[in-house]
Amino acid sequence: MSSQGGFGQSKEFLDLVKSIGEARSKAEEDRIVLREVETLKRRIAEPEIPKRKLKEYILRLVYVEMLGHDASFGYIHAVKMTHDESLLLKRTGYLAVTLFLNEDHDLIILIVNTIQKDLKSDNYLVVCAALNAVCKLINEETIPAVLPQVVELLGHPKEAVRKKAVMALHRFYQRSSSSVTHLISNFRKKLCDNDPGVMGATLCPLFDLITIDVNSYKDLVVSFVNILKQVAERRLPKSYDYHQMPAPFIQIKLLKILSVLGNGDKQASEQMYTVLGDSMRKCDSTSNIGNAVLYECICCVSSLHPNPKLIESAADAISKFLKSDSHNLKYMGIDALGRLIKISPEIAEKHQLAVIDCLEDPDDTLKRKTFELLYKMTKSSNVEVIVDRMIDYMISINDNHYKTEIASRCVELGEQFAPSNQWFIQTMNKVFEHAGDLVNIKVAHNLMRLIAEGFGEDDDTADSQLRSSAVESYLRIIGEPKLPSAFLQVICWVLGEYGTADGRYSPSYITGKLCDVAEAHSSDDMVKAYAVTALMKIYSFEIAAGRKVEMLPECQSLIEEVSASHSTDLQQRAYELQAVIGLNAHAVGNIMPLDASCEDIEIDKSLSFLDNYVQQALEKGAQPYIPESERSGVLNISNFRSQDQHEASIHALRFEAYELPKPSLPSRTTPVTLASSTELVPVPEPSYPREVHQAASVPSLTDTGSSDLKLRLDGVQKKWGRSTYSSAPSTSNSDSHRTGNGATPDVVASVNSKAREVSYASRRSQVEISPEKQKLAASLFGGTTKPEKKQSSSGHKVSKTNSHATDKSHGAKGAISSETHAVSTTTLQPPPDLLDLGEPIITSNAPSVDPFKQLEGLLDLTQDTSVVNSGAAGATKAPDIMSLYAEMPTSGQSDSVANPLSSDIYDATLISGLSNATNRTSHGGNTIMQPTQLSKGPNPKGSLEKDALVRQLGVNPSSQNPNLFKDLLG
Amino acid sequence: MQEDHLDSVAIVKCIVDDLHSSFAYWLSRQGKVRLTKWYSPYSQKERTKVIRELSGLILTRGPKLCNFVEWRGFKVVYKRYASLYFCMCIDQDDNELEVLEIIHHFVEILDRYFGSVCELDLIFNFHKAYYILDELLIAGELQETSKKTVARLIAAQDSLVETAKEQASSLSTMIAQATK
Repeated sequence: MSSQGGFGQSKEFLDLVKSIGEARSKAEEDRIVLREVETLKRRIAEPEIPKRKLKEYILRLVYVEMLGHDASFGYIHAVKMTHDESLLLKRTGYLAVTLFLNEDHDLIILIVNTIQKDLKSDNYLVVCAALNAVCKLINEETIPAVLPQVVELLGHPKEAVRKKAVMALHRFYQRSSSSVTHLISNFRKKLCDNDPGVMGATLCPLFDLITIDVNSYKDLVVSFVNILKQVAERRLPKSYDYHQMPAPFIQIKLLKILSVLGNGDKQASEQMYTVLGDSMRKCDSTSNIGNAVLYECICCVSSLHPNPKLIESAADAISKFLKSDSHNLKYMGIDALGRLIKISPEIAEKHQLAVIDCLEDPDDTLKRKTFELLYKMTKSSNVEVIVDRMIDYMISINDNHYKTEIASRCVELGEQFAPSNQWFIQTMNKVFEHAGDLVNIKVAHNLMRLIAEGFGEDDDTADSQLRSSAVESYLRIIGEPKLPSAFLQVICWVLGEYGTADGRYSPSYITGKLCDVAEAHSSDDMVKAYAVTALMKIYSFEIAAGRKVEMLPECQSLIEEVSASHSTDLQQRAYELQAVIGLNAHAVGNIMPLDASCEDIEIDKSLSFLDNYVQQALEKGAQPYIPESERSGVLNISNFRSQDQHEASIHALRFEAYELPKPSLPSRTTPVTLASSTELVPVPEPSYPREVHQAASVPSLTDTGSSDLKLRLDGVQKKWGRSTYSSAPSTSNSDSHRTGNGATPDVVASVNSKAREVSYASRRSQVEISPEKQKLAASLFGGTTKPEKKQSSSGHKVSKTNSHATDKSHGAKGAISSETHAVSTTTLQPPPDLLDLGEPIITSNAPSVDPFKQLEGLLDLTQDTSVVNSGAAGATKAPDIMSLYAEMPTSGQSDSVANPLSSDIYDATLISGLSNATNRTSHGGNTIMQPTQLSKGPNPKGSLEKDALVRQLGVNPSSQNPNLFKDLLG
Repeated sequence: MQEDHLDSVAIVKCIVDDLHSSFAYWLSRQGKVRLTKWYSPYSQKERTKVIRELSGLILTRGPKLCNFVEWRGFKVVYKRYASLYFCMCIDQDDNELEVLEIIHHFVEILDRYFGSVCELDLIFNFHKAYYILDELLIAGELQETSKKTVARLIAAQDSLVETAKEQASSLSTMIAQATK
């Protein structure tokens, strides 16, 4: 293949590119581009420009547009260029229009004719160029114009054309499935194309079709399994190999298809087990692409009817991912875990530490993925920890999109699994406080309803407790600035409804607070309206109870102000309030009954109370009422509408040449007739509802997360029962943990209590996390019921661990007193070298599974109190030693000793911290990512030639970016 | 770090529609865009905003972190080659590792075509990079996975362009050349 070193452009263009490259600021770049736009505007309008020049102008327009400026003045020239005879210009024209125009652009109508002509060309390259444009530009309206030709091209002798025709047809299907439903059988046929490229391309549309309607494609399971088998056996041409993997991209597509076909279908799944197992075994887990295929295999396994053997190997693959150093693989591992726990929930436990590591990773991407996993594995035993974590993270980020998502998830989890009323109210308060404007307003309404209806069926005291705690917490929060509007609405409503219900707060106190809210948010009519209505309720309750109402002066002025408001809604509320206050107790009690927000209001839809009146009128000779449908002379409105539609379709654009009417065409002319002509084709259910597709392809969280914000109150009672109520609120957790876990946390705390150099700060935090992490793991994963045997054995392990720890600390004490050389040498070293100290530990400890097991023991410890006691007793010595130790004068020393001292579990975190740190430092110099597996040395000669060429052209790379010549593949 | 004075570029491939990837682009370390391809409709204003947002997100990320970023409910997969970042925006249920390899696949094809491709090649021959991308991906879907096939097609187009300049040669010889 010839090297394309030369740049065929004019000096002028090269200069432009060069000056853009050297621009120091966006403003400077913009100035240059604007000047270029002016030049192009002038030049392109000149008469009789040589075609080569024009081609360059078009490319310059593309360049300008790419830099974010408007080049729409030149679009028409690009369109004209597609009409050109020469392929050189035509290709440029097509490139430009596909980059410039979207499918709904007005100019597309001018290209359709050219495309039609080019699709018939006998030069396959022209056809290819036209098909490229078809994929981007043809919209629903213009599909009929090119459809017959595209279908014809499916049988073109050139495989490149067939492939693009398949893609074009797929695109049509995506744009407007009704216009091609009678053609989808073509995709099945193309699957058997003897060119692997065409077959591979056909998998894209088939995947879409199968996700929408699985059942019609079950017969293809055998074919797909066979293809996958052949691909894995390297039956495809060598040119499809990629990094020693046989056609991995095709494998991935096939696996995606198989996972849809086998989902919930035992029989189909059984046909796939063998080939899937083989594929998994053959994946080269050292290459990225091998892992990509492996990941897809795991996805497939977790979607098929469960097979223990495959699940086991999938779990193995996941643990490899999670243990990897690569963040990418960890990310994929977390994602895969989230899929696999759906069919095999117990495997999550094995990976608890890795999951927590990912949760605390500084990489946001990984963190979010982990939250997604936690969301999937939330149950009533761990909901508090998970939601607390989510809220903390939610508060810490600025990304509104993700904030909304995580807030809705918190609400959803809270509603489903909340262990107690207080917790629920507190959690909702936090969510609303920080993301109230982002969550769906329905969530606020649900919260009000929840407070009003309560949770227990007969337990009125629980309900009133819930209400009082809500009122109390709202009164505390209400003064804070910048509360979101939706939250304030909830607050006002609850205060109005229940503010005085338990008698702890006087009406004047509550009304005063409400006035403050209305005053502080004077620009928010919604909040004001809620506040005024709340005032009305409180006064009504007072009047109904026979007490005298004293309106505060600020309330008085608020009502006066509101009754003159521009908002008629506010005005009405104010007048209603004034009117209600003037009534007697009985009337007020009827208008505003106490705590009746959930009572059903009876509506007499037949308006029977008017019967008397009507009867009287009829007796007086009035005309009887005739229902609308029975009235003569009035056509049904819906008839009109359908007529309109019909006419519109008749007036739709026509793309066929008028002089050549073909008999078969009318059925294809308008989309409307097309849709109705489906009975000609033996395809079942052509207009399959789209929702089904979504439900199938996105089975998990997004659907339930975003759309289903409705409260699920049925069945909630059980979960909310007192028995499962976990008494440890989030704040006291750390204390209980500390006592439970014995030595380790105290060791850490005392070691770390010493103030040290700043450079240690990050490491220290890593160290401190370790006990926290155990606690977290326990609260996240520990809730699952473990077999009795395991518990006892883990208890055993715990005691061992603890004695181990004390032994170690004794040893350390000895080390301190005798001041061995090892310690003193390390103390002399400057802080960064301590990082190197960690490296040997990495190699020796990383592969062993011990720390995990031991931690598992510790985790159970926190749950089983009897074991805790003995464990704690065994370990009581350690803290003393450590506190002694912490008083050692040299900070560096204490730190270096802390490493061996801490138990193994704790080492595991250290290691991760250390390896992070070392990676960071070692990376300083050499940051360019080197893609592997390319056996191609640098090409100094080529670069030199290029360099010479550019210099010759007068385009010198600026001194700022010597890298321009750097070989991208290193 | 050394890279501070490099002029890095990223290729952002933007593919955002309801089915597959929405866009792609190449971008330099200073956030200079070298190539963009949008597979879903975006107005010029939106494009600028998207690129600004993503550049801020991607260029600040450390070398050891994931090559994936979540963004507005999509996922952006990026990879750095010398001074260029290649980015691709994909759907939630796409396979990130695969997309990473698609990017690499593309770079390998570029490398083969230009002969040790460097940023400068892409700066001055951006239209050729577009042609190659069009052979690899159509409407955001992977169309051809054989390097050889893509290379052969591009070569066919190039040789046709050469002959078209002379306005002479017959179609059959051109195709013969092309398929050699």
